Amino acid sequence: MRHIISLLMENEAGALSRVAGLFSARGYNIESLNVAPTEDPTMSRMTIVTSGSDEVIEQINKQLNKLVDVVSVMDLSDGDHIERELMLVKVHATGEAREELKRIADIFRGRIIDVSDKTYTIELTGSGSKLDSFLQAIDHSLILETVRTGASGIGRGDRILKL
Amino acid sequence: MELTGAEITIRCLQEEGVEYVFGYPGGAVLFIYDELFKQEQVKHVLVRHEQAAVHAADGYARSTDKVGVALVTSGPGVTNAVTGIATAYMDSIPLVVISGQVPTSYIGEDAFQEVDTVGITRPCVKHNFLVKDVRDIASTMKKAFYLAKSGRPGPVLVDIPKDVSQQKTEYSYPATVNIRSYTPQTHGDIGQIKRAAQLLLEAKRPMVYAGGGVVLSDASKQLTELVRLLGVPCTNTLMGLGGYPADDRQFVGMLGMHGTYEANLGMQNCDVLLAVGARFDDRVIGNVGHFNSVPRKIIHIDIDPASISKRVKVDVPIVGDVAHVLADLLSVLNSSKQKPDAAALKDWWKQIDEWRAANSLAYKNSSEVIKPQYVIEQLHKLTHGDAFVTSDVGQHQMWAAQYYGFNHPRRWINSGGLGTMGFGLPAAMGVQLAHPGAPVACVTGEGSIQMNIQELSTCKQYQLPIKIIALNNRYLGMVRQWQEFFHGNRYSHSYMDALPDFVKLAEAYGHVGILVEKPSDVEGALKEAFARKDELVFLDFRTDMTENVYPMVPGGKGLSEVILAEDL
Ligand SMILES: Cc1cc2nc3c(=O)[nH]c(=O)nc-3n(C[C@H](O)[C@H](O)[C@H](O)COP(=O)(O)OP(=O)(O)OC[C@H]3O[C@@H](n4cnc5c(N)ncnc54)[C@H](O)[C@@H]3O)c2cc1C
Ligand SMILES: Cc1ncc(C[n+]2csc(CCOP(=O)(O)OP(=O)(O)O)c2C)c(N)n1
Ligand SMILES: [Mg+2]
Repeated sequence: MRHIISLLMENEAGALSRVAGLFSARGYNIESLNVAPTEDPTMSRMTIVTSGSDEVIEQINKQLNKLVDVVSVMDLSDGDHIERELMLVKVHATGEAREELKRIADIFRGRIIDVSDKTYTIELTGSGSKLDSFLQAIDHSLILETVRTGASGIGRGDRILKL
Repeated sequence: MELTGAEITIRCLQEEGVEYVFGYPGGAVLFIYDELFKQEQVKHVLVRHEQAAVHAADGYARSTDKVGVALVTSGPGVTNAVTGIATAYMDSIPLVVISGQVPTSYIGEDAFQEVDTVGITRPCVKHNFLVKDVRDIASTMKKAFYLAKSGRPGPVLVDIPKDVSQQKTEYSYPATVNIRSYTPQTHGDIGQIKRAAQLLLEAKRPMVYAGGGVVLSDASKQLTELVRLLGVPCTNTLMGLGGYPADDRQFVGMLGMHGTYEANLGMQNCDVLLAVGARFDDRVIGNVGHFNSVPRKIIHIDIDPASISKRVKVDVPIVGDVAHVLADLLSVLNSSKQKPDAAALKDWWKQIDEWRAANSLAYKNSSEVIKPQYVIEQLHKLTHGDAFVTSDVGQHQMWAAQYYGFNHPRRWINSGGLGTMGFGLPAAMGVQLAHPGAPVACVTGEGSIQMNIQELSTCKQYQLPIKIIALNNRYLGMVRQWQEFFHGNRYSHSYMDALPDFVKLAEAYGHVGILVEKPSDVEGALKEAFARKDELVFLDFRTDMTENVYPMVPGGKGLSEVILAEDL
């Protein structure tokens, strides 16, 4: 099963490699991983999307908690949560396709954030599947590059991950 | 007053009450060695190889309840130390390893003797630090000792670049340490402890399975009290030996791959299992599917939540320190009106005694050739089961574990998790330094001893009167045994050809060597060795070349699918 795990860790050199090393050493899957500092500059927040049996997910949570640099861990999939991912897509946009791409981007509430005479760069936010659908909706041969952040997540309402 | 990073490092060791540092100098640690030279409180032991420095610190830690300390230089000093660090990590041994690093401005430039120490050691330490600012040395050292010893113990490495050891800052050693992201749980949940008590009281076929966590927690007393109160059989893992007295009737011996018949069958057939500071290792449980095919309730006490339900799903997890949890469990049991089911226990013991009657450790002694088991039995007899026994890895390790009979914790010092050949002699050095005057035996094989034989020189320099009990079967015996059982008797590269004359070798290092070839000489040789109180004696016992370790549960098999000596 797919799980989205969120964690707070010390903003220390090497903390990221401890997490990444744990996943590779123990053979856990990583679908995506992202990390950035929080409002408290001593801490970073990381979101990991992984998959595995219940036993494996339990071990992942325990092993993450065991890392000395990890402050707290929450398996967002255990309850109500929101997931968002940001994607930047650069597409070849000339002739008829130029209009069509703009139209589809609007439908997906994407924004065109950079324009040249041959290209558009479209910014899109949403769940991973929404981003997938967008990529399917446009002519594949027009895609020049895509950049995705991987999912970030947050609990709904009172579900708060704090120190 | 301002002190250099090197001075601060040594001051921190003094603050921590460190008695010995095991190490080897080099460019990156020269300032630290200079400070060692200027003081007397912390004594330095110069080993002959960095792997041995870490094993010696490890042996020191295992035989006391203190943190072992090693000091190595950058680059090859560190890479040599890695096997030692990994050995300690697998067995949860508290160490602080200090390594030198190239100056900060050189890091990343492929500088002379530069390796990514923090990167290389990351998977085999509890935690590690690269100290880039001299002002952080004291707080980092404080954290290192705290992390090494608290919670589930383990090695912690502190990497100090050369320039940082030279820079100066104001020094004060922190009185307390607080790591917000690290808060090990020492006391178990009382609700869970009550559930455990209830299960144990209702059990018809209860069993206690106790491991290294009991030794690490210094909880033998509580364990013994509990086992006696419940009247249940108790088994120890290889790492737990001595955690429960071996000469007690309720002790059914070691379990696992080379465990006794009664321990393994008890484990397989019990209806309530209390696992205490043990981690359901693959050499203990064998085939998990086979183990799970029999229903039983499992209670698991461990300080590391990640050890619980890792390989075997448990019913009552209790996270906490063994000593605390057992004390709470005892008080719950003592205040309960309910008593263990005496009738059921009687039947259970009848069954256990039937398994015990198989006498799975029996071996056929010989008057022609020295049987390794006999040597260990004689060693036990002569030392009254009270010696510190370190070991290397192989058949001799298993015979020592099976036949010595440890009645006290911290007397049996061996590498279980990593299985590191070369561990025994350096570990014995640490043990002997921690316990001057106490009998220390290193049970080894002719293969293993050659992996750190250079330490005979260290033993001479520091006058360590270790007794080396080499069970010399001229084979990498454990490998040979597997080749005999599972590889059609094809003894691929397991014969130890071109062996040195160990007697002469011992003499060359300034020690005493004795060759023992006849069973009738075993007792006398051991007596002579132990009578030489101030000398290291290397006993070269020429043992039966093809003796095997029994019983054996082959890898991947279930605990009841055991090969006994008589099966063959
Ligand atoms: C050649 C060879 C053969 C072997 N054969 C066998 C065999 O037949 N039988 C056998 O048993 N082993 C055998 N081993 C050893 C085996 O590989 C494991 O090292 C061993 O079984 C692990 O022991 P343990 O479960 O007690 O765990 P340890 O490695 O000692 O781990 C201790 C556990 O206790 C926990 N703990 C630590 N401190 C505390 C505390 N204060 N409070 C609570 N919990 C704590 C830890 O978190 C950990 O889970 C063999 C090894 C070799 C090299
Ligand atoms: C460093 C290392 N290399 C290889 C092994 C694999 N191994 C395990 S036991 C063994 C044989 C040990 O031989 P010896 O020391 O003579 O002991 P014996 O089994 O003969 O008693 C070997 C090679 C190991 N455990 N450690
Ligand atoms: Mg041998």
